[in-house]
Amino acid sequence: MLKVLFFARVREQLDCATLDLPWQPAFSELGALQEHLCQKGAHWRDVLSQENIIRAVNHCVVDSSCVLTDGDEVAFYPPVTGG
Amino acid sequence: MVTRSHFIPRLPVVDQVENKRFQVSVQQADFDVSALQRALLQDNYEEGAVASFTGYVRASNARRDLHTLELEHYPGMTENSIRDILAQAAGRWPLLNAGVVHRVGALRPGEQIVWVGVASAHREAAFGACEFVMDYLKTRAPFWKRELGKDGAFWVDARESDAERAQRWLKIDE
Repeated sequence: MLKVLFFARVREQLDCATLDLPWQPAFSELGALQEHLCQKGAHWRDVLSQENIIRAVNHCVVDSSCVLTDGDEVAFYPPVTGG
Repeated sequence: MVTRSHFIPRLPVVDQVENKRFQVSVQQADFDVSALQRALLQDNYEEGAVASFTGYVRASNARRDLHTLELEHYPGMTENSIRDILAQAAGRWPLLNAGVVHRVGALRPGEQIVWVGVASAHREAAFGACEFVMDYLKTRAPFWKRELGKDGAFWVDARESDAERAQRWLKIDE
C-alpha cells in the first residue's frame, strides 16, 4: 500500500486529502506514481503538473527519480508559507 | 542490507540527546514566551546568551479585511523538518539548547504564531542561529497560511524574498 497525501491549495484543487493505493511494481519511481495520478483526469494532470509543486516521500523532499517501496508515504504540496 | 520501514523518515536521525536539547511543538494553543525562554536555561549556568523571535498575526495585510489566519501543517513531517533545521543550526553554531513552537488552526490578528529560542554561551551564536532557524522554517517546514476575510478565503503565496533570505545562508557557506 502507498499512502498519498495532498495538502493546502493542492488538496483543495483536487478535492482529495488522502489516497490509499494498493502497491504495484509500476510505482517504483515517484515520477511513475505521479503519472498514474495524472491519468485520473485532465484536472489532476493540471494540478500535479504545477511547476512549483513539492513532493515528499516519508517526510523528505525528493524529486521524480525517488525510488518508492511498498508502505511509503508520499505527499504533494505547494510552497510552504509558515512562520 | 538496510531496509526502510513505514514512516521512518529519510532525514538524518536526531538522537535522544538532541531531542532533549531541541524542544519542538506544533500546537493550537497559545504559548508563554517567558516560560519557554526559562526552559532553555540549564542548572549549570553555561548559557551566556538567549536569542528569541516571536512572530505575530499582522492586522494589515495584502487583504485589509483579514479577520482570521488559518494555519495548516503536515503532522509528523512538520515536526521532523523543524528538528532537522535545529540540527543544522547546531552544526553551524555551538548551541546549548533550542526550541520552536508553531501554532496551527485559526488565529486572529495580534495573536502569536511562532516562537524560536536559542541558547548559547555567546551572543553571536544565539543571534545567528535564531535567524537561521526562522529563515529555514519559513521556507522548508510544511506549514500553509490561508487568509479569511469578507471577500473569502485565500491561500498565502510563498514570497521570493523569504527564499532569498534562506538562500543567503548557502552563500555564506561558499
